Amino acid sequence: MAGNTGSKSNPNLGPNIIPSGWQKFWSDFCESPTAVVALLVFLTILFIAVFAPFISPTNPYDLGSVDIMNSRLSPGSEDFAGNFYWLGTDGAGRDMLSAIFYGLRVSLGVGALSGLFALIIGATVGLSAAYFGGRYETLTMRIVDIQLSFPSILMALIILAVFGKGVEKTIIALVLVQWAYYARAARASALVEKNKEYVEAAQCLALGDRRIILHHIMPNCLAPLIVVGTLQTAHAISLEATLSFLGLGLPITEPSLGLLIGNGFEYMYTGDYWISIFPGIALLITIVSINLVGDQLRDIFNPRLQR
Amino acid sequence: MTAFILRRSLQSIIVLIIMSVIVFAGVNLVGDPVDMLVNPEADQQEIERVIRDLGLDRPVTEQYWYFLVNAFQGDLGRSFVFGEPALKLIIQRMPATMELALFSLLIAIVFGIPLGVYAGLKPNSKTSRIIMAGSILGFSMPTFWVGIILIMFFSVNLGWLPSTGRGEVATYFGITSSIFTLDGLSHLFLPAFNLALFKLSSVIRLARAGTREVILQDYIKFARAKGLSETHVIRVHLMKNIMIPIVTVIGLEFGSLIAFSTVTETVFAWPGMGKLIIDAIYNLDRPIIVAYLMIIVLIFVCLNLIVDILYSFLDPRVRIKGVS
Repeated sequence: MAGNTGSKSNPNLGPNIIPSGWQKFWSDFCESPTAVVALLVFLTILFIAVFAPFISPTNPYDLGSVDIMNSRLSPGSEDFAGNFYWLGTDGAGRDMLSAIFYGLRVSLGVGALSGLFALIIGATVGLSAAYFGGRYETLTMRIVDIQLSFPSILMALIILAVFGKGVEKTIIALVLVQWAYYARAARASALVEKNKEYVEAAQCLALGDRRIILHHIMPNCLAPLIVVGTLQTAHAISLEATLSFLGLGLPITEPSLGLLIGNGFEYMYTGDYWISIFPGIALLITIVSINLVGDQLRDIFNPRLQR
Repeated sequence: MTAFILRRSLQSIIVLIIMSVIVFAGVNLVGDPVDMLVNPEADQQEIERVIRDLGLDRPVTEQYWYFLVNAFQGDLGRSFVFGEPALKLIIQRMPATMELALFSLLIAIVFGIPLGVYAGLKPNSKTSRIIMAGSILGFSMPTFWVGIILIMFFSVNLGWLPSTGRGEVATYFGITSSIFTLDGLSHLFLPAFNLALFKLSSVIRLARAGTREVILQDYIKFARAKGLSETHVIRVHLMKNIMIPIVTVIGLEFGSLIAFSTVTETVFAWPGMGKLIIDAIYNLDRPIIVAYLMIIVLIFVCLNLIVDILYSFLDPRVRIKGVS
């Protein structure tokens, strides 16, 4: 992770005298052991999500390997064929562990994708609002203010109630809910950057507005956007789980953690706790680890806490 | 001052109109409005009658105008499932939701402030660390999952509290509520705690941050120097000063409790308007969906307006900015 860009830009000083950006960043990050553990946990979850088809004990959505006779086995039990179920099976006889691995894949995928689109839209609006100012800025920021005065669950509910459920619609709803946060963060940091001399210099060189925004201002606004991005992605995953649990988000063909929890809810009253508890724990670990990493990133990038 | 209130009211009306356009466009222009607004079981004659009644053969702008006029007269259509006016159904269920939201708010305040003040006074003690870790969990745990866990522990395993419905209700002073009966209270507790958890975490954080700031001020030192007891200093000098931000946030976020009650009401089968809208979405009961969205937007716009006006009374800077 530690690149040697520091020694490249300072050839007269020996290597390792001035730490590179990455080295400094990494040593700052390591100041909080909690954050390091959280990062490791998150990377593990990411690994599981990406390689779910290869590391899952079974493919829970391959109808040939799922036997209804194995439904609702408790955690740690074995079926007649000798398959071991660490976390038990659900109502259809699927292995919970495998279902959770595949569920993480869907949840993280939807969260990351919606976060990315929201980042692109929000950053574009925020940066251009700060750069051009005037009526355009007033109008866009007014929209952002009004949108943020409604809670995110309500916005998502309105969008999904009007347009119906589905993968694309859930992603659209999450993007529409989130873009305003990115727009506000992007504008706030771009307002500071835009008055600095390097922007003036770029303007004197008669560079185009697009180029100045994208190549000069944006790289300097990335830090706050990354922080907002981490925390918002955790929020998006939680929101998607809520919507899917309510039966308004993803369809049954894309079983995210929220859907798994929802499926297990009906078995709750008969005492088959594992069907909805374990996916919930997986969801909780994911959200907490992302939040802790995000909190640490915010502390590192916060200029008021600059060491 | 009057100018500020007028400006904000005008803005609220604009937001309301924009939202009505979005809801109207969503229901009437995306997809076939006949499919959405006519009961799927209706026959051809019925469909033609409804098309004429709703004016679907007229231009879009004219349709929107009728939608607005009807909405102002309190007519937001009839529910397909219940066969009653949608607005009436929602108003009927509003008290249950309000009761749930208010009780949650009470829990968040009663538990959140003492815990937060304690964590702020002794930031390094073990108890404070546990409180803060708990508040991080409270922030991160999805509401619906906490609800499931609560049902599992308190209803299924321990059998202490019921997990569905509103229980017995009684009417005093013209208010029908389940807080007046023991059975109703036992039904109310779990969902209210579930809904309160998120708010509880934020009240703890606010109270802690406020305490840590205020405790360093000179007037606290002076009060101690006067020889006042520590409890008196905390109760009077500290509490008064940390309450301002807490009250503001509580006021601002009461609306989000109502919005999040959709989730809690579904988990606990609480017969409020949140459960009504989720059921309506399942049943494709469009008039209820439209009516709920318009009502909730109205509640929100009013809440925001009230908070803004109250805030401008408390903090003159807001007012000055609004006028200039």
